[in-house]
Amino acid sequence: MTNIKQILTAGISALIISVSIPSAFASDTVNIYSYRQPELIAPLLEAFTNETGIEVKALYLGKGVLERIKAEGKNSPADVILTLDISRLVGLKEGGVTQSVVNTKIDANIPSQYRDSEGNWFGLTTRARVVFASRERVEQNIITYEELAEEKWKGRICTRSGQNAYNIALIASMIANIGEEETKTWLRKVKANLARSPAGNDRAQVKAVYSGECDIAIGNTYYAGKMRTNEENPEQKEWEASVKILFPNSEGRGTHVNLSGMAMAKYAPNPKNALALMEFLSSAKAQEIYAEQVYEYPIKAGTKISPIVESFGKIKPDNLALEEIAKNAAIASRMVDEVGFDN
Amino acid sequence: MKLGLITNESYNLMRKEDKLSWWQALSGFRPSLLIDRLGLDRLSLVLIIIALLVAMPIFTLFVIALSGDFSSLSHLVKNVIPHASKTTFLLLFGIAFLTAIIGSLSAWLVSFFEFPFRKTLSIALMLPLAVPTYINAYAFVEFFGFTGPIQSLVRNIFGFTSSRDYWFFEIRSLGGAIIVLSLVLYPYVYLSMRAIFYLQGRKVIEAASLLGAGHGRIFTNILLPLARPALALGVILVLMEAINDIGAMEYLGVKTLTFSIYSVWLNQGDFAGAAQIALILLVIILALVIFERLARNKQVFSEKEASIKINGFQRVKLNGFAKWVALFASLTPVILGFGIPFFILGFFALRSLKTGFDASLINALFTSISLATIAAIITVMVALFLSYAIRIKNTKTIRTLVRLATLGYALPGTIIALGIFLPLARFDNFVDFYMRDWFGFSTGLLLTGSSITLIFAYVVRFMVIAEGTISAGFEKIPNTLDQASLCYGKSRFDTFFKILLPLMRPAIATAALLVFIDVLKELSATLMLRPFGLETLSIYIHDLASRGRIEQAGLASLIIMLAGLIPIIILMKTLQKS
Repeated sequence: MTNIKQILTAGISALIISVSIPSAFASDTVNIYSYRQPELIAPLLEAFTNETGIEVKALYLGKGVLERIKAEGKNSPADVILTLDISRLVGLKEGGVTQSVVNTKIDANIPSQYRDSEGNWFGLTTRARVVFASRERVEQNIITYEELAEEKWKGRICTRSGQNAYNIALIASMIANIGEEETKTWLRKVKANLARSPAGNDRAQVKAVYSGECDIAIGNTYYAGKMRTNEENPEQKEWEASVKILFPNSEGRGTHVNLSGMAMAKYAPNPKNALALMEFLSSAKAQEIYAEQVYEYPIKAGTKISPIVESFGKIKPDNLALEEIAKNAAIASRMVDEVGFDN
Repeated sequence: MKLGLITNESYNLMRKEDKLSWWQALSGFRPSLLIDRLGLDRLSLVLIIIALLVAMPIFTLFVIALSGDFSSLSHLVKNVIPHASKTTFLLLFGIAFLTAIIGSLSAWLVSFFEFPFRKTLSIALMLPLAVPTYINAYAFVEFFGFTGPIQSLVRNIFGFTSSRDYWFFEIRSLGGAIIVLSLVLYPYVYLSMRAIFYLQGRKVIEAASLLGAGHGRIFTNILLPLARPALALGVILVLMEAINDIGAMEYLGVKTLTFSIYSVWLNQGDFAGAAQIALILLVIILALVIFERLARNKQVFSEKEASIKINGFQRVKLNGFAKWVALFASLTPVILGFGIPFFILGFFALRSLKTGFDASLINALFTSISLATIAAIITVMVALFLSYAIRIKNTKTIRTLVRLATLGYALPGTIIALGIFLPLARFDNFVDFYMRDWFGFSTGLLLTGSSITLIFAYVVRFMVIAEGTISAGFEKIPNTLDQASLCYGKSRFDTFFKILLPLMRPAIATAALLVFIDVLKELSATLMLRPFGLETLSIYIHDLASRGRIEQAGLASLIIMLAGLIPIIILMKTLQKS
């Protein structure tokens, strides 16, 4: 009996301790729900806290941010939402979890094509979806997305899951550019050219080129920078060195780019701090950190591009309206299932 | 009722008179008696409340699936479900086959034969329990991948430079997934087979060998049929774990039904569609559960035999070649299911120590252990209640209610998470609304803002493990014991706490530890339900791995595996004591 009592007491007190988790509503904090990886935003958040004294609490959710905020309703602790894909930014607005932010500083920093006309979301960086080609086995230095469907790439392409937001956005841009039917045929042929079933992230695809499993991989540019400077796992430097970056369609409509961005939550408990953070993220200082440490393309005009990013080559971005990509995302996602891309 | 001499009626009458006499004699208050009487009366009511609470996510799921949006259903039926179903069936079939073989063979070897390191191995065979499926997937991809030690060795020996020079087994495949999961899940079969061999097998095997049967024949003709329910129980636990997995499937690129739920919901934002696929999974699981119940009912369980302790059982001493075969056969699963992940992640951990220690790791560890402890205690208490309810009132209604209360395990963690999150968040907002309205202050997110929701999910998810283990424990205790106690005037309350509970200690310990380990490893529900600012070990690891930085998750993975060892050691001691 005493055993039971002890267990009960211990259990209940432990429960009480675990429940009294520090509140997310302290006065000088700002809460972030982020699709973005914590270490990618960590240097930015540190700089923000140093500058303003506002403490940042971040919840990294790879997926399902929208569903979570919707369910939390008015009591959601989220102030600012960070995403890495245009469809998600638009989805947040359509899901009704954002609020309009009208701020002259932010508007001055972010060109109008990279923000919502009502201020419900703002872009922060762009990232290009490129081809990493084996230096050894691929001779050509020019490529198009359309070309990936050609017979000559049979068994030579690697990519991550077709349902990944980056690939969905790429397919959505294809739909906008060449039409739905054409895109479906294209996607089916690309699938037939894959060296293996899609798995792993963009880095794993570069590794597969390095190992010889495939000759070209589809991925985002900044991964190359991340791998080239990886001191913790120096073997990744070798992977990166084995590939060259080809910017697809650079002689035509341009390379597909996606937008990472931010939005203020509709029921943000700390709207002032949220605004301060958003201002900061669009500022020259933060944009430089993005360029220098995350190897993305900053959005604020006049921000210096890091030498590493410059070494990737000259980019000509596809000027397709971002809303077109967001609009076609759902069709693209179904198409991935229809052609059995991930099977 | 299996009472021969005393009929049910006369037995109840005896008890009633007994109670009254106590009541009259003392003319006072006896709490245990009151609880006993009320408890029996209210049994169904309490059960209904538990069942409703635990089954809430399933109801939510049904509501969302059936009253929701059918716009994507034809797309799913045409393009997603066929392939995902096929993959799921192949995966489950492969895993069932492999774990049944590994689990029962190893249990057979260590139970009936004497060979070098047998005792150590009988413990070591449980070690893979400490390795979560997703961690084993990360480790196997590293170990058998292009840059891993095996392929590097192959290249060195033969002078290859590229993976196109030779063929090597691709771990990122369905076959790879079957192997990766089987190697860490077989201990469920092993444990349940070992227990049954220990309880029933020894007497039988002695009799059979006296009659001249060979070891192989005893195994296939006597032990396996005898242990079939235990085998079924073990394999079903394995399959439920396998069905739940998302982390490993995502990493290995295997598109199961569970993964499709995850993908359809999170990538396509189609929650109704996800719930509809989940219902298909539920049907598969329901079939598994029914199959398990049938198997269990068929079990010819001799109460007398089970309660007899056999002392002085002599294991057959293996000599020469046979002893090395036995050693090799029982060592291999340990090396593959524990050695490889331990080696790979230990290597990463050592290397990462050079670059400094991550303080958030300690936090995550503490969070994980406290969550697992609380969840294990609550789960076991509820499971005890459920199992005992069946024992004292084995009616169809009670059994159905208990089944309902344990169905949560059938659901992938992600869906449980949503099934819980939506109603609880609504409850939070409802309470908050009225508190603001009436008293002018906000209660915020009472449940979903704290770890209560998370613990609730764990209890729902792992109830069947605790309930199954505890029910099996109760089945070993003959009913005549309760009846004797009741006949001697002890109340149900006393009978439970003073007689059954001490006897049940091994089963309770086993149940609590299984839940503890599972909570520690749990990933998918935790990912969705963790309150703001809370990080567990599994999340820490998953986040790193999904960013392609497994190397940095070495230490955390090692800690999860080592922490998982502690319960195994305690479990071992409990098993030895009993």
